[in-house]
Amino acid sequence: MPDKKESQSISVQKLIAEKRKKGSKKRTEKIIPFILLLTAIVSVFTTLGILFTLLVETFTFFSHVSLVEFLTNNTWYPFSDPGEFGIWPLVSGTIRVTGIAILVAVPIGLAAAIYLSEYASDRVKRIIKPILEVLAGIPTIVYGFFALTFVTPVLQKLIPELEIFNALSPGLVMGIMITPTIASLSEDAMSAVPDKIRHGSLGLGATKFETAMKVVLPAASSGIIASIVLGISRAIGETMIVSIAGGSTPNLSFSVTSSIQTMTAYIVQVAQGDAGYGTTIYYSIYAVGFTLFLFTLVMNLLASWISRRIREEY
Amino acid sequence: MAMTAKKERERATDIQEKKTKNIVYKTKELNLWYGEKHALKNINLDIAENEITAIIGPSGCGKSTYIKTLNRMVDLVPGVKTSGEILYRGRNIFDKDYEVEELRTRVGMVFQNPNPFPKSIYDNVAYGPRIHGIRDKKILDQIVEKSLRGAAIWDEVKDRLHDNAYGLSGGQQQRLCIARCLAIEPDVILMDEPTSALDPISTLKIEELVQELKNEFSIIIVTHNMQQAARISDKTAFFLNGEVIEFDDTDKIFSTPSDQRTEDYITGRFG
Amino acid sequence: MKLIDEKKVTSGMKGRIFRNSLFKNIFLLATLLCLLFLIVLFWRILSQGLAYLDWQFLNSLPSRKPEKAGIYTALNGTLWMMAVVVPVTMILGIGTAIYLEEYAKKNKFTTFIQVNISNLAGVPSVVYGLLGLTIFVRALNLGTSVLAAGLTMSLLILPVVIVSAQEAIRAVPNSLREASYGMGATKWQTILNVVLPAALPGILTGTILALSRAIGETAPLVVLGIPLYLAFLPTSFLDEFTALPMQIYNWTSRPQAEFQNLAAAGIIVLLAILIIMNSVAILIRNKFQKKY
Repeated sequence: MPDKKESQSISVQKLIAEKRKKGSKKRTEKIIPFILLLTAIVSVFTTLGILFTLLVETFTFFSHVSLVEFLTNNTWYPFSDPGEFGIWPLVSGTIRVTGIAILVAVPIGLAAAIYLSEYASDRVKRIIKPILEVLAGIPTIVYGFFALTFVTPVLQKLIPELEIFNALSPGLVMGIMITPTIASLSEDAMSAVPDKIRHGSLGLGATKFETAMKVVLPAASSGIIASIVLGISRAIGETMIVSIAGGSTPNLSFSVTSSIQTMTAYIVQVAQGDAGYGTTIYYSIYAVGFTLFLFTLVMNLLASWISRRIREEY
Repeated sequence: MAMTAKKERERATDIQEKKTKNIVYKTKELNLWYGEKHALKNINLDIAENEITAIIGPSGCGKSTYIKTLNRMVDLVPGVKTSGEILYRGRNIFDKDYEVEELRTRVGMVFQNPNPFPKSIYDNVAYGPRIHGIRDKKILDQIVEKSLRGAAIWDEVKDRLHDNAYGLSGGQQQRLCIARCLAIEPDVILMDEPTSALDPISTLKIEELVQELKNEFSIIIVTHNMQQAARISDKTAFFLNGEVIEFDDTDKIFSTPSDQRTEDYITGRFG
Repeated sequence: MKLIDEKKVTSGMKGRIFRNSLFKNIFLLATLLCLLFLIVLFWRILSQGLAYLDWQFLNSLPSRKPEKAGIYTALNGTLWMMAVVVPVTMILGIGTAIYLEEYAKKNKFTTFIQVNISNLAGVPSVVYGLLGLTIFVRALNLGTSVLAAGLTMSLLILPVVIVSAQEAIRAVPNSLREASYGMGATKWQTILNVVLPAALPGILTGTILALSRAIGETAPLVVLGIPLYLAFLPTSFLDEFTALPMQIYNWTSRPQAEFQNLAAAGIIVLLAILIIMNSVAILIRNKFQKKY
């Protein structure tokens, strides 16, 4: 090694050549992508794990209870002996809460999206968007607490027949919870509409409102529909709000004022109780979970199928 | 490797005496395709040591592709196929057992847009030596100073070596990138339109620098600026539609080109 | 003869312009409804819980007596769980993102992994709970331990971490990679020394946001059977534990008003943690936002 003070005397290339002999670069370069691939495979195994878990345990459930009963019985009352396992009351609870949530979230979410993309200045956007982000970031347990301890009592003053546990209160709160999803995805879709299309309408003397309703909304429709479908999917899978404020009495009806139970709330109720491992009730949460999984999967696939069509439009 | 290092030192001492210069790069019947597109056609070029070779031609003529083939950076483009040979110091760089990393350690590259890393000035220059295993702080300090001096930027940055390189101006960033390239003491420096993103004053500084660097390195420079090629280079190759139309002494190319198309190009009739 | 009656257009104009400004305000009001909701929610929780929030609340074990109860074990348990979640999601999330962005060839298998990740992001958290219950709690016999819950939560937030890390890596300009390759660096050296440092702020921002989701998630923990009430601290990753949202859930489901106030106090702590984490994420994003 050159040891003179003069920097000219170092031969970097020579040093590099010396180091190269010792290095095991080649092996590292081959092993690393393999290790990274293994980490990427974990997500595939997660999906397989979910499918396997749900399918196997659901299969066991159907060896105790027939699929026919599951699909045709109109009563879900597993805690009697023998229990009754008709899925529809749970589905009906989920649909009622989801329906209310959508009735809240679609108008508010779309209004916010139109306001943000068509009217708001950049400064206003910078204030409103974080508010929506905060709403989306609040844990659902907090929403559940709020629904039970604040929204329900307030609603009870307006609707005397409202029970403590009901579909209305969690539905309304869940609607606020999924509003950011619908608002931000719809706004993305509307912002993606090229300005030249807007100018075409404004240039004819149309107002911003007319342009938004007759030109921008139709052009962004697939993105907007996809956002709503995703919102529905989130509402169906939402658990804590309905567990806390929805109740635990599955029933097949249209009532939104009486106590209900959703699919998710049932899973929580059983998991929390002490239904022993291996009982029919234990396996029933997987059958319900599988049903829930199918619902959300269909919604998610539908949303991605719709939004994939956006790109073909302009 | 020890052999080449020795050879290099010999070269540095008796370079003046030698009349006929050594060939660094010998390109034989090189063809290159991007998928279906035939980007380089039957290229034959000999590039000599300690000279500045300029490659000119209209955009899309393959000049950038050619220079990126010389250190096999073109490998990074998906769907690239080549045929023919490029001999670097006598060895075909397309040989299966030729490590691209080894080639690129000997052949440095300066890019079209200044691309310093989002690190300190010091870390930018020390990057090359470090990845090649040189960790000794004293040696690194020496390399950094020498390289920054070599790229004529030492005086401007010596008091803020540990500041982020993004605080430098565009021209300074490009000289930093040259310093980063010098830090591994390459044999050849490839420059891909190094001044196209710079203002005239920064361009002038880089041109002066390139001419100084010629004493120690062989330089191949792609440029769309014909005046630049005329000002700084010893040899010039004119590329058109993926072919070498003419390759000769720069003086000859710019005064009495032998091909009509070269003349049309340098007189500004197209391109 | 004119086809358009100008008078009619002019007389209709006023109404159209009025409608435009009317709806503009309706849209704005709808948007402000979200703000109003947020204000009421925060006001309600603060007014209910602030009185209970003191040093003793943070430092006490849960108790049957509301005035003595605290969130010490829950807060501790959440920290223990995050000690599993943070390394697991960082390694798996960043590893997957590097693989997909830097190594994976564009083929069907890569597309499959990518589509699979976005589908996983849409699976309800309660289903992850069922997965964890079967695989970690039962099959691997980890019980309702810190490890079982941590792994379940990791899988839950993994898609979010992967996608945000991918975006951060994709934002690193190719010119930096070229500069590194041009010096003779290998692919892994380039990733480790150039790509990851440049992408790190983006990766951290996305990861912190995902981690804050894991801290607030309740449903998977309930499904795993994590106890609602625990009077001792975990001493290893295989010990039982309880977490902050579980404690809040426990208090919320009690009928007595005092416990609900305790729940509100717990929620204040939870939200404070989340606000701090989100602020850190935003700070990192703003500080390191680089223009290449």
